[in-house]
Amino acid sequence: MRLTASNLACRRGGREVFAGVSFSVASGELLAIRGRNGAGKSSLLRMVVGLVRVADGQLALEAGDPELAIGEQAHYLGHQDALKPSLSVRENLQFWADFLGTGAAAIGEPLARVGLETLADLPAAYLSAGQRRRLSIARLLVVTRPIWLLDEPLSALDAVAQQSLTEFMRGHLAAGGVILAATHGALGLPAAREVWLGQASSPRVEEGWGGGSEGGATTPAPAPRLATPTPSPSGKGEEP
Amino acid sequence: MTALAAMLVRDMRIAVRVGGGALMGVLFFLVVAAMVPFALGPDLALLKRIGPAILWLAALLASLLALDRLFAADQEDGSLDLILMGRAPLELVVAIKGVAHWLTTGLPLVVAAPLIGLFLNLDGPAEAALVLTLLVGTPALTFIGLIGAAIAVTLRRGGLLVAVLVLPLTVPVLIFGVAAANAVSSGPVPFGTPFTILCALTLASLVVGPFAAAAALRQEME
Repeated sequence: MRLTASNLACRRGGREVFAGVSFSVASGELLAIRGRNGAGKSSLLRMVVGLVRVADGQLALEAGDPELAIGEQAHYLGHQDALKPSLSVRENLQFWADFLGTGAAAIGEPLARVGLETLADLPAAYLSAGQRRRLSIARLLVVTRPIWLLDEPLSALDAVAQQSLTEFMRGHLAAGGVILAATHGALGLPAAREVWLGQASSPRVEEGWGGGSEGGATTPAPAPRLATPTPSPSGKGEEP
Repeated sequence: MTALAAMLVRDMRIAVRVGGGALMGVLFFLVVAAMVPFALGPDLALLKRIGPAILWLAALLASLLALDRLFAADQEDGSLDLILMGRAPLELVVAIKGVAHWLTTGLPLVVAAPLIGLFLNLDGPAEAALVLTLLVGTPALTFIGLIGAAIAVTLRRGGLLVAVLVLPLTVPVLIFGVAAANAVSSGPVPFGTPFTILCALTLASLVVGPFAAAAALRQEME
């Protein structure tokens, strides 16, 4: 499986957020999406799953399920936890297991893996931010989908939970999955690839909290290339 | 459980729990309709004549009450993103949410209507006709309302906008619903004629509502 983006551009509210973003990520690889606040990290993730329109460029998935859109084969862990406060922990997770999954998935084991099995009957309204986050993460474990899109996945998690999320990510990669993660900090495991989002559409200077931070998508660090032109994907996947 | 059944169960659970909208609608309906006799005075003939219209108006407003939260709540907590990413067709998901909304707000109105009918001096046949028209007509109100709820999904405090968008579209339902309910007691028209048109309006809204609402949702998520 290989997810390829070529020359993606994003416009929101009439403003160009990014342009000329290209990357390619294969099974078992983690792509770290980096950039300053407002550079479009979340927009890029949402674009991959089809929640933001592709203004220009192409997204393609090779060796995925040709019957399904990319978003239908992906898990999206956004800033919001998609939990209903009046439903219990178990009911929340069971709903997403039924809605996103195909068969009857057992939710007991994933709940235990995120450490919420003792709270299963508590309404989600009483959960802390970190516990809500862990319940969202359990969604990724309960339904198997090959692509994970994680937006600041470590936020609100304590050290133990961060470590177990890293374990889940490692397991997903080992099983041949793909992970795209937008993050400022370290993820706890080496990113096979990185993409940097700048704020304008010309190539970006490398060290960049300062002024000259413009740029489409280039790799700053020793990490493998991203902006390399990828072979034109055939047929499958989304057209802009 | 399939995706659609899961959605039906979830929406109904949320509606009947604390903070859900299920009881609000029927309480509003009871309060509004019960106030009318106090405002008009004990003129039994007048109450009998305008009773069906009052009950239909109260039902219309009550069914709009919780409607603006139908998609907005899912949008605010991020559920709508995942719903759009799901494999179930959005049109069917929207229709199922409409069904859940009707079962928790529309159906209780139909059940409560005979009680309030007593306040308004409706006799047996008139009550039966009223309940039948409400049973057939309230799904149309919900499914037309889906469109307004979907259009207003990204707006904060979109409740009034939903009402402004939806109320004009419900005028035909109101006209034929009240005409059919009145036909039994007073009208020159037979019951069947307006009632058949009311059924047609409901069937059309069951088809058009989900498609229009799903299209609006896709457009908004942009």
